[in-house]
Amino acid sequence: MIALLLTVFTPLAGMLLLGALRSARVAGWLNLALCALSLAGALWLAADVLAHGAVAGASFRVDALSVYLVVLTALVGLTTAIFSRPYMRYVHEERRVTRGGLRLYHSMYQGFLFTMLLALTTDNLGILWVAVEGATLATVLLVSLYRTPAAIEAAWKYFILCGVGIAQALFGTVTLYFAAQHALADPAANGLSWSALYAVAPQLEPRVMSVAFVFLLVGYGTKVGLVPLHSWLPDAHSEGPTPMSAVLSGLLLNVALYAVVRMKMLTDAALAGSATPDLAGHLLMGFGLVSFLVAAISLQRRRDIKRLFSYSSIEHMGLMTFGFGVGGPLATFAALLHMLVHALTKSAIFITVGHATHISRTQRIDRIRGLIRTQPAVGWGLLIGVAAIAGFPPFGIFTSEFLLLSATMHAWPWLTIPLMIGLVVAFAGLFRSVQPMVFGAAPPGQYPVRANMLPVIMQLALVLLLGIALPGLLAHWLDQATQLITGRHLL
Amino acid sequence: MNPAALPLLDQALLVLAAMALFTAFALLAQTRLTAAIHTFAWQGALVAAVAALTGRASGDAHLYVSALITLALKVALIPWMLHRLVRRLALERQADPLEHPALTLLAGAGIVVFSDWVAEPVAHFDASATRNVIAISLAIVLLGMLMMVVRRQAVAQVLGFMAMENGLFLAAVASTHGMPLVVELGVAFDVLVAMVLFGVFFLQIKNSIDSLDIDRLSQLAEPVEDDDVRGDAP
Repeated sequence: MIALLLTVFTPLAGMLLLGALRSARVAGWLNLALCALSLAGALWLAADVLAHGAVAGASFRVDALSVYLVVLTALVGLTTAIFSRPYMRYVHEERRVTRGGLRLYHSMYQGFLFTMLLALTTDNLGILWVAVEGATLATVLLVSLYRTPAAIEAAWKYFILCGVGIAQALFGTVTLYFAAQHALADPAANGLSWSALYAVAPQLEPRVMSVAFVFLLVGYGTKVGLVPLHSWLPDAHSEGPTPMSAVLSGLLLNVALYAVVRMKMLTDAALAGSATPDLAGHLLMGFGLVSFLVAAISLQRRRDIKRLFSYSSIEHMGLMTFGFGVGGPLATFAALLHMLVHALTKSAIFITVGHATHISRTQRIDRIRGLIRTQPAVGWGLLIGVAAIAGFPPFGIFTSEFLLLSATMHAWPWLTIPLMIGLVVAFAGLFRSVQPMVFGAAPPGQYPVRANMLPVIMQLALVLLLGIALPGLLAHWLDQATQLITGRHLL
Repeated sequence: MNPAALPLLDQALLVLAAMALFTAFALLAQTRLTAAIHTFAWQGALVAAVAALTGRASGDAHLYVSALITLALKVALIPWMLHRLVRRLALERQADPLEHPALTLLAGAGIVVFSDWVAEPVAHFDASATRNVIAISLAIVLLGMLMMVVRRQAVAQVLGFMAMENGLFLAAVASTHGMPLVVELGVAFDVLVAMVLFGVFFLQIKNSIDSLDIDRLSQLAEPVEDDDVRGDAP
């Protein structure tokens, strides 16, 4: 209980504290310390859940599925804070952001982490919605932090598109509550509690639940970045400050997908006896596959390095959505593992990209050249990160993609063909852009910058470790989450 | 369903909901900003009246609270903030005509038919007014969305966004006698923060492109040649 409070409310306190703090130097360090404190709480919470099973209370519930995302969120929050402290100071020195903007940045960074952790730990589906919408509100002003016309356009698009999407999710939540009214004894008290609904899910009216799920999928799917409602994602990623891109890709997309998975669990249980028991899974498979393929094609010939990697995020989110849609223990396990390794790799890549754009002073791919000559650490970081994200063995993404492919081969053999083609196309798109950036001839007058590669090294090492030998503890952990979602153990 | 056979209270609910739907259409077609803001305030008042009436029928005290929150937020505060912004940005006289008014309204009518079809499973539970009100609220949500698609003006887009919220609130009130209070407070808080942020954005947009015409914000859609001036690259 104390662990939970420590994890979730440290960022809330941090948001208020950093909003009031004037010194930018102290703010950077304080931001770091708060993230570390939150991570400590998250680890403690995880130990609790691992030892005693789900921690549940009046309106919160932390089980195997949510606690692993809580730890991941706190971890990526911390590593990005390590990167953002010197980076934002450099941006400030370049006069691209004012002192007040910097204060807003630090305060909203914590605010964003608070909404993410709240969404993951709450049991109330209404609060889940409020938290996911809160995440948009916390980040939207950060996307326009640089005040360029393009940044303002990106932020407006992000705000409007996510607002529209998330409104659909609220309608879905209302519909769900309507279904609950007829199944629960005391709907006013716990009608939106996920665990109460899950307990009585077979009595929820299947047709109302199908309608609710479609709206919830469209709503939260917008935030996952599923095609066709994905167009906010590359803009918001490319125009905002780089640490924001790292946490948006690494955390926000995961949390939105987590919401979709929770809704799928309810819908699956409610539709089990109806004429269309796999409706939710089929919808996820369709949206996931289309997003995956569209993003793989969009990866070709990008001009902006951050847009390139945000399309790669859409591609991987599509893959995970597809995995959850296929269902079954193997595919679900693969999707959960993929969530983990993708978040670690992608935030490491965005941190490296931040340094790369700092070196070459542009985001244009055709002007970023010779990173490995100028600063080997950044060049190698980008190269290894891209190798990992493209699914090279022995990195963790290879493992999860391999598991996902074998699960697909088992359940839907024909769908492995588009998956394979998509992976190859994405790989080609990434490497065609990255190869000259890393190995090309460095333009004259390009100097190394001060870069702290510690977070990148740590995260990529973790991804490598997950690929070579999945630790027993973690495998057991993911297996528990798989059991929660599908009702069966994999291991 | 024969409306005349329903209890008087249900009939009143239906009339109010239908009027809210009418204001959604009015918002869609209204070209003058000030008038559109007034229409939006009326829609808020109608929705609040539905909440209060439902509260009276079911005896749920917290519905009165929701009605009051809606009245304060959607009828007073947000229209007032929008008015102030419009005056500050000198947009009172600006008209924002639709490109294809007939087509847009026809699409709106299509949305209403579609919503009626989607709400059909609800009839399984409730043959009374609830189903119709749910269909109407979904139609208001989708009409708000349509408005955000067809209108160019940033303020009009925000009105569409807020009208969607009205539709959602109507759905919650009609189908389930309101969401739990903590959720409703959270939603109201989110709406309020969103409104403040919209205000900030108007000023930012106005400063950067000297207009609130969203079509002028289309740099990212085309291949940009001078990427260096934007983005994260210093």
